Amino acid sequence: MITGFLLNGFDTRARIVVAILIAIALLVPAANLMLPPDHPLHVPTYLVTLMGKYFAYALLALAVDLVWGYCGILSLGHSAFFALGGYAMGMYLMRQIGTRGVYADPILPDFMVFLNWKELPWFWYGFDMFWFAALMVVLVPGAIAFVFGWFAFRSRVTGVYLSIITQALTYALLLAFFRNDMGFGGNNGLTDFKDILGYNVQADTTRATLFALTVLFLALFFFIASAITRSKLGKVLVGVRDAESRTRFLGYRVENYKLFVWTLSAMMAGVAGALYVPQVGIINPSEFAPANSIEAVIWVAVGGRGTLVGPIVGAITVNFGKTWFTGVLPEFWLFALGALFIVVTLFLPKGIVGTVQAFWANRRRPAAPASLAPEPAE
Amino acid sequence: MTDKAEGTLLYLDGVNKAFDGFKAINNLSLVLAPGEMRAIIGPNGAGKTTMMDIITGKTKPDTGDVLFEGSTDLTRLDEAKIANLGIGRKFQKPTVFESHTVEDNIVLALKAKRGAFATLFHQTTRAEAARVDELLATTRLTDKRKMLAARLSHGQKQWLEIGMLLAQEPRLLLVDEPAAGMTDAETAETAILLREIAKTQSVVVVEHDMTFVRDLGVKVTVLHEGTVLAEGSLDAVSSNPKVVEVYLGR
Ligand SMILES: Nc1ncnc2c1ncn2[C@@H]1O[C@H](COP(=O)(O)OP(=O)(O)OP(=O)(O)O)[C@@H](O)[C@H]1O
Ligand SMILES: [Mg+2]
Repeated sequence: MITGFLLNGFDTRARIVVAILIAIALLVPAANLMLPPDHPLHVPTYLVTLMGKYFAYALLALAVDLVWGYCGILSLGHSAFFALGGYAMGMYLMRQIGTRGVYADPILPDFMVFLNWKELPWFWYGFDMFWFAALMVVLVPGAIAFVFGWFAFRSRVTGVYLSIITQALTYALLLAFFRNDMGFGGNNGLTDFKDILGYNVQADTTRATLFALTVLFLALFFFIASAITRSKLGKVLVGVRDAESRTRFLGYRVENYKLFVWTLSAMMAGVAGALYVPQVGIINPSEFAPANSIEAVIWVAVGGRGTLVGPIVGAITVNFGKTWFTGVLPEFWLFALGALFIVVTLFLPKGIVGTVQAFWANRRRPAAPASLAPEPAE
Repeated sequence: MTDKAEGTLLYLDGVNKAFDGFKAINNLSLVLAPGEMRAIIGPNGAGKTTMMDIITGKTKPDTGDVLFEGSTDLTRLDEAKIANLGIGRKFQKPTVFESHTVEDNIVLALKAKRGAFATLFHQTTRAEAARVDELLATTRLTDKRKMLAARLSHGQKQWLEIGMLLAQEPRLLLVDEPAAGMTDAETAETAILLREIAKTQSVVVVEHDMTFVRDLGVKVTVLHEGTVLAEGSLDAVSSNPKVVEVYLGR
């Protein structure tokens, strides 16, 4: 049963994408660690980390595509799940600092000592153990998404209204995490990490490993997403996206399908956040900013909604663009992003990957069948 | 009340539904026997679609009884439950999954477990594949099976939706204006198909096309302003002065 499901997901496209990602996961760290700095193919560490960050974003974009591209749920709050995963990892990293902090308290992180706290709050228990933190990386975003989705989908909130409440969710979390008395470092968040599983987070080898892991996790989740979208469940999801009431009258319990894919997607976003934090070295409430979630949606739109490959391409191209652009004209990045979104919506409604796919399909066979990508006219 | 409902497949009694004070359904009563095929006619806005909405759980009536098989209270159930009881529905505006292939549309409709985990790990069985072939042949869509449903003509979408309805193997089929947008030849074929279906299942058909209703050759219920105006053979109801007035007085 499960093997059938997995084999289903391993189609040619998935094989190619997974192979490319594995190659990247191996070659980039090798070019960083094994080639001398003056070698033309040497990849400097800062670039490895920068790309690691982009691949974490790509995983977030993949999560957004799963709910938006395949089930029509336009989430404008996915950065909340990303940030929650990031905080779970950040809490582990904080507790690894131990006596090396400014106040050298063996248990309490610096900011708690600063706030005159005497004891570790209960929700920080267990985060000194990696396995526990890793579990929380998926469980916390998953549980919050489940509860949120349970109410939202059961009461049949859809479309714009759902998008708005996802924004409200991430905004509420933003405000909560800003508060010092919440116990997550307030405004400053969690930072000054020293090591992860005993390895120095600043070391080249650690950074290369984190990069490789990020890309490998992306490959794993791409494969899972591919298997899901090719299964009958995936077809039901597309049915929900295109004709929700039709799906209901066929006897499918639409809210359960939405809840499944929504919760899974939130967990993926959590993993993305957890991979992101040790590479950038900080997690603070600004990760909950509503604009971040909107940016993630733009990556998906640019790359191609409902294609799985598109969000990866979109996240990486847009973020390279962002890095370049903010170097040249920092004040205008948001305008550029807005303009990009408008241009894509008007001229490339299927995004980069969707357009390329349509082009190939038309060349090969005029009566092209079967692309699950949505018709643009929505 | 339940005594009267005994032995019926579908039993509506004293059903009322108002939208913002406008009575779309007004003290409607209708009884369908097991195995029966019934045609429903009536002018625009008579409440035909709203009646189907009430039976399938899309709309909750304000008052009245809606019973399936004499005892199941449909007003307490949601769309998915009602569908799984064996009531299938074709919408007035053909509604198929446009970005799926014709074949996948049928596959999604096939009678099977509807839970998320069942579909996640589902593998198409040989019996299912055979059933899909059979349904595609019945609806004359075999050569279009790999085509996206979005590319079908209006009439073909209607047929695909009927095919999906059959794939569910319902005990009661509610078919809203199946011949709309079809050529005369297609309309005639649709009537033949529905008569074929009616041999094994109960069917309620809403239709404006009188030739089509005549082709069906079954008992007719005339709805007007949310209530039953007349019931009987097509000839009987069309000579009923009240019906004539409603249709000519428009
Ligand atoms: N959800 C709703 N909200 C408000 N009014 C509604 C709603 N659904 C139906 N109505 C009204 O109820 C009346 C009956 O509509 P219904 O669609 O059932 O008619 P019908 O007999 O199917 O007509 P047609 O032949 O045009 O399909 C109409 O006046 C319609 O405007
Ligand atoms: Mg109608």
